[in-house]
Formats: sequence, C-alpha cells, structure tokens
Amino acid sequence: MTNSAATPILEVRDLVKHFKQVHAVNGLSFDVRPGTCFGLLGPNGAGKSTTIEICEGLLTPTAGTVRYKGEPLGPKYRERVGIQFQSTALQDHLTVIENLRFFSALYPVRRPIDELIALCRLEDFLDRDSKKLSGGQRQRLLLAIALVNDPELLFLDEPTTGLDPQARRNFWDLVTDIKAAGRTIVLTTHYMEEAYLLCDEIVIVDHGRIIAQGVPSQLLAEHFNDSMLEVPAAEAHKIAATGLTGLAKGETVEIQTADVNAAVAALLAGGVSLAQLRIRPRTLEDLFIELTGRGLRE
Amino acid sequence: MKAMFRRIAAATWARSLEFVRDRSSLGWNLVFPILMVIGLAFVFSGPGQPLFKVAVIAPSDAKLDASLHPFLGTPQVQFYREDTLAAALPKVQRHRIDLLVDFTAQSPHYWVNTQSPKGQLLERLITGSGGAALVREETTGREIRYVDWVAPGILGMNMMFACLFGIGYVIVRYRKNGYLKRLNATPLRAVEFLIAQLLSRLLLILVVNIGVFAACRLLLDLRMEGSYLDLLVVVALGAFSMIAMGLVVSARLASEELAGGILNVLSTPMMVVCGVFFSMDGSPRALQIAADLLPLTHLLSAARAIMLDGAGLAQLGYPIAAMAAMSALYLSLGALLFKWRQD
Repeated sequence: MTNSAATPILEVRDLVKHFKQVHAVNGLSFDVRPGTCFGLLGPNGAGKSTTIEICEGLLTPTAGTVRYKGEPLGPKYRERVGIQFQSTALQDHLTVIENLRFFSALYPVRRPIDELIALCRLEDFLDRDSKKLSGGQRQRLLLAIALVNDPELLFLDEPTTGLDPQARRNFWDLVTDIKAAGRTIVLTTHYMEEAYLLCDEIVIVDHGRIIAQGVPSQLLAEHFNDSMLEVPAAEAHKIAATGLTGLAKGETVEIQTADVNAAVAALLAGGVSLAQLRIRPRTLEDLFIELTGRGLRE
Repeated sequence: MKAMFRRIAAATWARSLEFVRDRSSLGWNLVFPILMVIGLAFVFSGPGQPLFKVAVIAPSDAKLDASLHPFLGTPQVQFYREDTLAAALPKVQRHRIDLLVDFTAQSPHYWVNTQSPKGQLLERLITGSGGAALVREETTGREIRYVDWVAPGILGMNMMFACLFGIGYVIVRYRKNGYLKRLNATPLRAVEFLIAQLLSRLLLILVVNIGVFAACRLLLDLRMEGSYLDLLVVVALGAFSMIAMGLVVSARLASEELAGGILNVLSTPMMVVCGVFFSMDGSPRALQIAADLLPLTHLLSAARAIMLDGAGLAQLGYPIAAMAAMSALYLSLGALLFKWRQD
C-alpha cells in the first residue's frame, strides 16, 4: 500500500448514521493517507453520499468519529477542505469567472484565480453564463470552485455522473493532475473504471457497510485468478460441445477461465468463430457482483 | 471581522448581479407600479369614498348615536371616533373627512373646512338636526387628490410584494436546487448569507422605487410636502422590516408552492387592512389592531405624513419605532429558524 507509514489525513471510525427510517451508514471505519486518491464505491443508496457528507463536516453522525490530521473536525475545517457535490446549482445569471471570484472571496486562503482557470481548463468559456455550460464544462467549473481555497483534502462526490465518455476522460485527467500535485482526494463513484484508474485505495460499500477494502489491483488479484472471454451470443450453441461453461449476458456469452490459452484452443477446436472474441481481465464490477450477487447499477 | 465583511460584500454583489441581469423581473418591478398608479389615478379620479365621513371626539363611555346629539343619527353619514383634536383636525384640512365634532369641551364644537363643499353641506344638517347648538370653528386646507393619497399606498404595496416574494422565493429556490447546501460547505455563515440577501434586496428595492417615485411625481405631479431624505429613511426602514418578514417565511421551506401560499396569506391581508387604497379611519377596532401589527401600515402612515402633511422624522416616532421593532423581531426569528438544507 502507498504511504502506509504516513499518518492518515482523515480517520473515520465506527461511523453510524440513522435517518428517521433508514440506517444509511452502519459502522464504517477507514483511513485516508495523504497524497492518495481514496475511493468509496457502491451502488446507489449504499451510503456513499451520506458517508462523504459526514467526512465533509456537513452532516453529524449518529455515532462514530471523523478526525482530520488527528483532530476532530472544528469550525475551521470548512476553510481547509474542498468539496464538489454530485449536483450543485449555482446562482443564475453569473458567468464562470464571476462564480469563481464569488466563491474565492469566501475563503481566507485563496489560490490565484488564473491558476485555477489554467488547471481546470476554463479559458474558453470564462464569460459564459454558468447556466449555459455543457455537462463537462460545468463539472470543471465546480471542480475549480472546490479548489478556490487551495485545499489539501478534496472531496468529489460522483463527479462524472451524467458526463459523456469524452468529458469523463477529460475530468479524469484533471483529477490525475491534482493528485500529482500532492493533494489528497476522496472520491465516490459507481463507475468501476473510474475507481480503478484514479484510486490508490478503495472501499466497496453496500447497505452502509464495507464489504471489501484495499488497493484495486490487489483486491482483484485476491478474489480472482481467472480472465473473462466474451463471444457473441450467436455462437452460444457451439460452446457446450467444447466443454467450457458459458453464461449468457445480453448480446454476449461470458466464459470464465483460469487458462486463456487452453480455452481459446478449445473454442477453435469446437468451431466457434473467434472473429469477435474479447478477452478481458476481471474488473471491480465483477468483484462487486461476486461479493453481493448484484450488479452495481441495480 | 474583515473576512466577514468581505464574505457579506461578495454575497451581496453576487445576488445583486443576478437580480439586475434578470431583465424580465427587473422590468416588471419598474413598470408595473407606475402603470398601476396611473391606472388607479384614472379610475378613482373622483373622491374615493361615497359616504360622508365625520369624526367624533367624545367621552369614552358615550355612544356615537342620536342620544349624544341628534346629528349623529343622520343616515348616509359615517361617524367614527377620534381620540384627539391634534390627530383629527389635519384630516378635516386635507378633506379626508368632511367634518369634525368635539363633545369633550364644555360647549361642544365642530370644525368645518370652508374649502370643502361636503363639509358645508353637513354643516346645514347639524343646524337642522334640532339638537343643542354646536360652536362653529373654521379651518382651511387644500384638498388632497385621491391620487396623492393612493400613490404612496400603491408604491408601498408594490414594495411589499417585492420584499416578501423577492426574498422569500429566492431563498426557497436556492434551498430547493441545492445552492444553499453548496454555500453551507464554504466558510459563509448563515447570518452573513441572510444579511447579504437583505442588503442586496434593500438596495435594489430602493433604487427601483426611487425611479418609480420620480416617474410618478413627474407624470402625476404628486404632492410632496416633506423632506426627501426623511421619506428615504422611512421607506428604507419599511422595506427592511418587510424583507425581514420574508426571511422568516423562507427560513426552512424548500417548496416554492408552499412558500407562495404562505406569502399570499401574508400579503393579501396587508393589501386590504394596511390602508393601501382606502383610509382605515373608522374601521372596526379589531381590524385597526391587526393593521397595527403589520409593517406596511406604519410605512404608509409615515410616508403619507411626510408627503401629504410635511411631517418630519421627529413627529413619526410611533411608526418608526414600530417598524424598527418588527425588523428586529423578524430578523432574529429568521436567523434562528434558518436552515441551509431541507430535512
């Protein structure tokens, strides 16, 4: 694990949050090490947003503690951290630069606005009404707003939900830059690819509890020693004869195998067309299904 | 401290930009009251009330009917009680009432405005009523046109809507769409946010209404006896108290429909009982007490006293104190009840 010796920048212990009828968080504990990207993963309703809002100091937990650099979250905490919500409305009729200046004025320590503009690549639409931004531009503005106080710790709550793939990749580049500058990031997402690419450590949360925790690649190595072959569903009838087990999944049939070479040879021998064969390593999504028996977006 | 002022200034500026750039709403705020004043001046170009109205100063145990004096039994005349000569006499002079009778003096008096035809007509009724002779007192004074009297009412009413809805809706919308939640994640404190909303609204309402007032004064030659500065002070205080009232309504709600309903429940009675269109002199006591609890009543009475009678701030202690007390009460309530996010 990265930086395992360093003191955690954020320590979460035995966190519990009950709303009237709902037990949103049921005893979560984790540490976030400085300079890393920490991912909270889970399906909708798993308790990710509640957990992150408690860590942001915006919600009071029913029980448990959150400590920032070893101290309880005090009144100054809000001045030090950066927060990007899943969805945030801004004031109508304000331009991008006006929004930046406004939020910047609220903080005692401020990062120069020119730097924020360059970092989040806002140059091309500085004078545009923030209502008229595309999804990706808007998320970049919200990220810049989260960075106006030059925070050491940055919370991103599902920052790429609803973005097109291109905009999502651009956003990942920004997050990578911020991480490279030594900032700590706590990220929630239900995109496994995003978590795999960005996060140094993840916890997978379901029903308010942690069901897996660790470095993404190590977690996958611990749970899986096989790969997944995908062939078109049209070839399904030929698979039975090869001795392999296929699992129909929409337009494709998935075949789990620990020995890719042997499995491909068996498919060839069985006359299965390999024209559209896909071989992929196991993903966090597979892990989630393995652990819960459900898909992430259910 | 400096940081606090910077946060308040930034939030005030941001909110003001938003309002000024919302051209449809700004236009509506400017044009609507002018059209309304002109329209009403046209429709009510005659005297506002059809009845004859006579003020009576009498011992508190006396009933205002023919038993006090046969004149008080005259049909088609509305008799109502006034407490002091000082309060009632200017109304005779301004033609707001047609006659004043005082039964508290040793020999009862009545005051008639020699420039008021209705007063002179009523004078003949007194003589013909067959009761004890009343001592005649004369007074004079130019009639105040209805438009001079109603214009402050309409401007005040319009301002009341702008204060209540302008602040109420905006904060509820901010809460509903999550903007307040975003602000809560910054060092901006609730009371700073509220002050910024209040200041921004107050400044814009003052600017808009100075424009509207100037236009009305030019177009309708409105009467203005007192000092413009005094009027500005009174209007600012009145607007402040009504904006603070809007803050209370918007302290927790996250539904624009519910907020709209509550704001209507507040604004409709103010429109009716605060003396926007007609004087509340002589209306039932309960109604006057209710009116006294509403800031618009005091704003209108003070503004009219300045504009129509040339009163100075020193003479307006009661309405000013009432508006200041209401401002303090509503502002504290609004700040205490305020929540950034919906439950």
